[in-house]
Amino acid sequence: MLSQIMAITGLNLKSIPERWASSLVIVVGLAGVVAVFTALLAMAAGFDKTLSATGRTDNAIVLRGGSDTELNSGLDRDSVTLIKQAAGVRKGADGKPLASGEMIVIAELVRQGDEKNGANITVRGVDANAFALRPQLKIVQGRKFRTGLRELIVGRGVTRQFQGAEIGKTLRMRGSDWQVVGVFESGDAHDSELWADAEVAQSTFSRQGFSSVLVGLDGANGLKTLQDQLKTDPRLTVDVKGEQEYFSGQTKNFRKQIGFLAGVVTFIMALGAIFAALNTMYAAVATRAKEIATLRAIGFGGGPVLVSVMIESLVLAFVGGALGALIAYLLFNNFSVSTLGENFTQVVFAFKVTPALVLTGLVISLVIGFFGGLLPAWRAARMPVTTALRAG
Amino acid sequence: MTKTGFVFANLFRKKTRTILTLLSVIMAFLLFGLLQSVNHIFDAGADFIGATRLATQARVSFTQPIPLSMLPKIESVPGVARVAHMQWFGGVWQENTPLFVFAVDPMRQHEVYPEWVMPEAQWKAFANTRTGMVAGRILADQYGWKIGQKIPIRSNIYPQKDGSKAWAFDLVGIYDGSDENWQKQTNAVFINHEYFDEANQFSHGRTNFFMIKLADTNQAEKVSRTIDAMFENSPDETKTQTEKDFNIGFIKQIGDIGMIVRWILFAVFFTLLLVVGNTMAQSVRERIPELAVLKTLGFSDGTVLWFVLAEAGALCLFGGLVGMSIATLFGAMIEKGTGGQFALSVNGWVWMTGLATIVLMTLAVGLLPALRARRLKIVDALAGR
Repeated sequence: MLSQIMAITGLNLKSIPERWASSLVIVVGLAGVVAVFTALLAMAAGFDKTLSATGRTDNAIVLRGGSDTELNSGLDRDSVTLIKQAAGVRKGADGKPLASGEMIVIAELVRQGDEKNGANITVRGVDANAFALRPQLKIVQGRKFRTGLRELIVGRGVTRQFQGAEIGKTLRMRGSDWQVVGVFESGDAHDSELWADAEVAQSTFSRQGFSSVLVGLDGANGLKTLQDQLKTDPRLTVDVKGEQEYFSGQTKNFRKQIGFLAGVVTFIMALGAIFAALNTMYAAVATRAKEIATLRAIGFGGGPVLVSVMIESLVLAFVGGALGALIAYLLFNNFSVSTLGENFTQVVFAFKVTPALVLTGLVISLVIGFFGGLLPAWRAARMPVTTALRAG
Repeated sequence: MTKTGFVFANLFRKKTRTILTLLSVIMAFLLFGLLQSVNHIFDAGADFIGATRLATQARVSFTQPIPLSMLPKIESVPGVARVAHMQWFGGVWQENTPLFVFAVDPMRQHEVYPEWVMPEAQWKAFANTRTGMVAGRILADQYGWKIGQKIPIRSNIYPQKDGSKAWAFDLVGIYDGSDENWQKQTNAVFINHEYFDEANQFSHGRTNFFMIKLADTNQAEKVSRTIDAMFENSPDETKTQTEKDFNIGFIKQIGDIGMIVRWILFAVFFTLLLVVGNTMAQSVRERIPELAVLKTLGFSDGTVLWFVLAEAGALCLFGGLVGMSIATLFGAMIEKGTGGQFALSVNGWVWMTGLATIVLMTLAVGLLPALRARRLKIVDALAGR
């Protein structure tokens, strides 16, 4: 049995080059399905990766109660002082609490290749502790802003996706000019931001308070301690979240939407591809009807014939799937795009074609290949020998 | 047998092949219809919104509130008929459903937006009820709101004076749209700005947008420049654009969806081209001797070319029409299922692009086999060379 299967399968596969045109239909059809599937989910994966890389487990973010996002939040100076001095906050090298009161405002920048429509960009006013709390953030070009001056540093993602934020350029915000003096890279969502000195930003935007406070946590129980103390303080109505948890929570909607889109598109395309595969395999069986009948006549069983047709279909499907994943990888891996995040500002991220996605893509292509090959294989195995021999 | 009959007979000599090819074409056009309508939302924006209004926002970003005291200054600009204002409330319904809630001046809203249709008595009630709100038809239907009810709406931005973010408003009116397009937009809630301004903890005398009704739409450019010049170099610099540009900008915030959709469409059609093209090439190849017989019988080269092209056309046309019809049905179902929130309409424009694609597709897959059929030399073909 096994040797029969091997013999027929070998014969089938070797004859593929003679009917490459119709075999190509399966390969290209599945390459299309898998490429689209992989690319769409690579987008979701990239967004996910950027946001979940943003938070650290040893930091916590404090927002006004019920705000959900920094944009909607607001804390006055007194509250910020209370939060900074709360138990559970780690002390810095200078013995003072390691905490950064931060203020979010939104500016508009024009996307590369666009002309007039501005996209929302986060401007984050920070104090000196902001850098200590985010050690992953490095200045890669130029220098840090100087305290008290209207100077900005911009994230790498911003310079990649938007115009007018290069070093030396001037941005106009609320009637004042801001000089871009440096570019930073953090490999996370902060790459989509502009940073400035919090005090200067507050005076420019005539704000008294802050949007959030980022604090370093003191030990494993830091978060619990901080939450307990701030919750019970009658002077405060705030929410305390682990920084990583806060950022990871923002990917849910996007994941859901892209997942839905990918599901619908892949399902419809897969159906189309199954029909195409059926067509190809029926044709393959028909052109070799005589050959198959001859094999049957000299004693090969129906089973090996069926299996060999299935194998041919699966091999073609696998090649198609691998090709599709490769195309998605070459075209889209690390492809940088931006979309609207929960703060109502742009989050720049790159597509990530992960091994898990490639694997899922290959499984999908094999499933399609299986269903595309099943009926034709059945027909091949059941073909009456005499009629087939007489035909053509 | 008529020529049409002949084309059909040829198509169905290999039933399985034709049906399978047709199904592939149907799937491709189903996807085409759905994706193209998504594309339309992002590319064209809200086409039906003309340039009759301008929108003024803070230049730095529309999330930055601007002072309400600008209103009389804007209204005194020549060419401006009336000014309304809208402030984003950050509304949340029940657990976590975001709502479009704007604090507005009721009568100004009424005058600047004739597209929102509601009985005069309800507009009056809205103006006279401090805690009043009006809701769009779609929203009211979706949540079963009735006039006279008190509707609890949370704000994720503005606490009341006592620190609570749980607000409640009296539903005094439900508005409709003036036509089908505007009806689809009736998914917002308007509340009384005067009440909101007093009752909330920290925003006073500010708004996010001024919506400006023009006396003469030809003045749009000039009026917007005048307004922006008026506030230049102040802490509250403005950006004024037509309502249409404003909407397009808003949609573009979502990102490069158009590009992604175009890539998918490209992949779908490249695949389809190959599937149908292969079917056509195969069917011509098999019939070479027959085509030679046709020519022997006196059918001209041109007629034979048309036979093959018509076959390809019939496949693409039938598959295309069925696929687009299913897409239209699906789109309508999605629109109904989401209560009109996601208006995926496979409309006239999508159908036009669909028909154009059918023609292109026919030529792309049919032309080569058709030309081959036309070029056939009778002697060679009959001899199987």
